[in-house]
Parts: sequence; structure tokens; C-alpha cells
Amino acid sequence: MRPMIVFLALVAAVGVWGVWTYNRLIGLRNQVQNAWKQIDVQLKRRHDLIPNLVAAVKGAMEFERDTLERVMAARNRAVAAPSRQESVAAEGELSRALRQLLAVVENYPTLRANENVLKLQEELTTTENQLGFARQFYNDIATRFNTQQEVFPASVIAKQFGFQRTELFVADDADRAVPSVDLSLRQAR
Amino acid sequence: VNFYERQQRNRRLTALLIGSFVLLFVALGVAIDVAVAGLSVGGERFPYLTLVALLTAIGIAALGHYRGADWVMASLLAEPLRDGDAEHRELQNIAAEMAIASGLPRPRLLVIPDPSPNALAAGRDPAHATIAVTSGALAVLDREETQGVVAHEMAHIANRDTMVMTTVAVLFGGVVMLSDWARRSLYLARDRKSGGHLLALVLAVGLVAISPLLSRLLAMAVSRQREYQADATAVELTRNPEGLARALEKISSSRFPFRAATRGTAHLFIVSPLGRRADEREGAWAALLATHPPLADRVALLRGMAA
Repeated sequence: MRPMIVFLALVAAVGVWGVWTYNRLIGLRNQVQNAWKQIDVQLKRRHDLIPNLVAAVKGAMEFERDTLERVMAARNRAVAAPSRQESVAAEGELSRALRQLLAVVENYPTLRANENVLKLQEELTTTENQLGFARQFYNDIATRFNTQQEVFPASVIAKQFGFQRTELFVADDADRAVPSVDLSLRQAR
Repeated sequence: VNFYERQQRNRRLTALLIGSFVLLFVALGVAIDVAVAGLSVGGERFPYLTLVALLTAIGIAALGHYRGADWVMASLLAEPLRDGDAEHRELQNIAAEMAIASGLPRPRLLVIPDPSPNALAAGRDPAHATIAVTSGALAVLDREETQGVVAHEMAHIANRDTMVMTTVAVLFGGVVMLSDWARRSLYLARDRKSGGHLLALVLAVGLVAISPLLSRLLAMAVSRQREYQADATAVELTRNPEGLARALEKISSSRFPFRAATRGTAHLFIVSPLGRRADEREGAWAALLATHPPLADRVALLRGMAA
């Protein structure tokens, strides 16, 4: 009789642990999906902001029309990108174009007397930072999700229910600096 | 970052603080009831004062829990951001960035019009958190440095330090003041041989008796460890230790005193606003007195992360 009770208690404990582990993995997977959507939100925000910002500084930056046009073209390509892969490439191109624009602003002190240009500088900086931090947050959550799937004994549950590793966001060389580097105002004051 | 353990610890600590606050009030009520009824415990008289003390304490604790952050901010004369102010806009953007980096909701932002550079956070949970920055900080700090400061405050919010700190400010800031006052009046009352003010005497003795316990609780709550942890978490958010390090240096080298801050709210700030020398000194005695770790240590640790 007693071995039977011990056995049943063990089975029950393993069952409770299994449910708990499964629920934790589901929770993490939802967090990962949510973090990924946050990146999309930031990309959308960037697409929406750029036309207004560029229009506001067009007059002041007449002599840098090429840079502005390059930004607009990259933005339009990113919006129209048909597939995930092309979208990633187009967004990378847009990031580089924006960095170039910020570098131009940085190099012309006279431009920074213009209020619209200053506003452009701040809004572009925060847009790039927010995108960078959204990616950073996604990678942190995704790493935790992947680790939880792989460590024993949770890996048994993960395999049983077909949990998949999540891809991390890999920055290309130009993007790598985005989260930590402040693009603009270091010498501004 | 796994905040779970720190959050649990802070929740327990807050419950302990509120519990001892209520107990303190009830003890005072009982003491006065006993004194008035002439030491006849369980006599005919209904213990009105005990009941009143209990209800008052629960009322203050509940109000303080839900409104405490507003009280703290009001006492510091914090104001909402202005539209169209470039520096305020930058602060708003930085807070949005840190909210994304930490995965928390955007905090409410306020500005304290004061030339002394400093910042603080308050609120019972991330959904009701407020970060206030002085106008002096906005003027002195560049974007990277402000980002470090806001990240430090977001870290306090994520750890639920703000919950404990706000409770401390609201409940114990007042009690500490009361007990200081009680000790002084007890000292003065020694000279006068007037037995009339029995009530005041009971109150004073009660407050003086519990003040060591209070100090112990406060020291526990206002652990300097929190500041180191928040600095480290801030770097995890920004991945940029240099920004916060430079901000701390600039804040500490500022010679403006912060007029609105008191002993009841000093522990809330990123750098102690009182300019007490204890914060710069080393050793056990300084560690006991100070609400913040030595700035040089904090900056050195941050620079170590950068290397």
C-alpha cells in the first residue's frame, strides 16, 4: 500500500512540474512574439515620421538635396518591400541613409541654428534609438526563451510539445552601433 | 534581467513597513487608553483611542500607498512637461526609449524647477510610476547622460524599489520627524515639574521608545545596495555605462543645494540632495548614516563595466 502512495505522489509531482514548465514556455513564447511586434511598431513609426520631418527641413537643407532624396527613396522602398527578407535589407539601407543625414547635420553648425533641423535631429535620434532598443529587448527575451527550451529537464517538455528556437535579430555592420551610440547631441551643448 | 527576486523582497519589505506603521499607531492608542483609564485594562471604558488609532493608521497607509507618489512630487514642487520645450521633448523621447528597453509602460514625467541637477522616481508599481528630473539636470546633462539617469530610475521602477521608497517617504518620513520632535520636547519637559501633560508625555515616551526600531527598519529599506543594483540594471538597459558615469560626476560636482528635498525624501534621489558629507566617506559609521553609496565607488564600478 505504501509504495503505491509514494509512486502516485511522484507521478503527481512530475505532472505538476510538467504543466508548470509548459505554461512558462508558452508565456515566454508570447513575450517573444510581442517583442517582435514591437519592432514592427517602431519600423512603422519610422516610416510615418520621415516624410514630415524631411518636408520640414527641405528649405534649410536645399544644398543637401541628394541626402534627403536618398532617405526618402530608401523609406519608400522599405514601405513597399514585399517579403521579410527584402524588408530587412531595405530597413538596413534606410538606417544607413538616416545616419548619413544625421552626420550632415552634425557637420554644419549653421544648420543647428534652425529649429526644424534641431527637431529633425532629435526625432531621428530617438526613432533610431527606439528601434535599437526594441531589437535589444527582443533579443533578450528570445535568448531567455531559447535557453529555457534547451536546459535539462525543461528540454524534455520543449521537445515533447515541439517548441522551436527563435531566430535572434542579427545586426549588420552598419546597424551594430545603433542602440548604444548617441548619434547627435554629444557636442550639441 | 530577472527582477523577480528583488521584486518579491521589496513587496515583503513594503508589507512589513506598513504593518509596523499600523502596529505603532495601535500601540500608541493602547498606551493612551490605558493611561487615561487609569491602568485598568479590560475595564468598563471602551478603548476609543485604540480604535481611532487603528482606523487612522489604516487610512493613512492606504492613502499613502495609492497617493504617495503624488504627495512626494507635490512636496518637491514638480510640474508637468511643457509642449514645445526642446529639452522636455528630449526627456520624453528618452523615457520612451527606456520604456522600450525595459519592456515597461512609459512612466509619467515631471520636471522640478531647481538649478540643482538631480532626479528621482516614485510610485507603487510600473503602471503608476513617475520620474521627475530637475530643470538643472536637463540643462547640465547631454542626451547620453540624461539617458543614463532615466535608465537608473527605470531600473528602480522595474525592481519595485520605488514601491518601498515611496512608502518610506510617506509613512516614515512623517514619523521620523514626529519622533525627533518628541525627543526634543521630552528633553525640555524634564525641567518643568508639571504632571499635567500626561497625554503628551505618553506620546513622547512611546515615540522615543520605538525610534531605534524605526531607524533599523529605515536602514533596511534604504539599503545602499539598491543604488548599485539600479546602476547595473541601467547599464543593461542602455548598454552604455559611460553616460551614467559622466552624469553622476556632473551631478556630484554641482554646487547648487536642493532646497525642496528633506530628510524624508532624500533617499528617493539618484544622488543624495542633502549634500551630507557622510555620502562621500568610507567606513561602517558612514555606511550607517548615508542613504547613498559613495559616488566615487559608483563611478568606478560603471567605468569598470565599460572597460
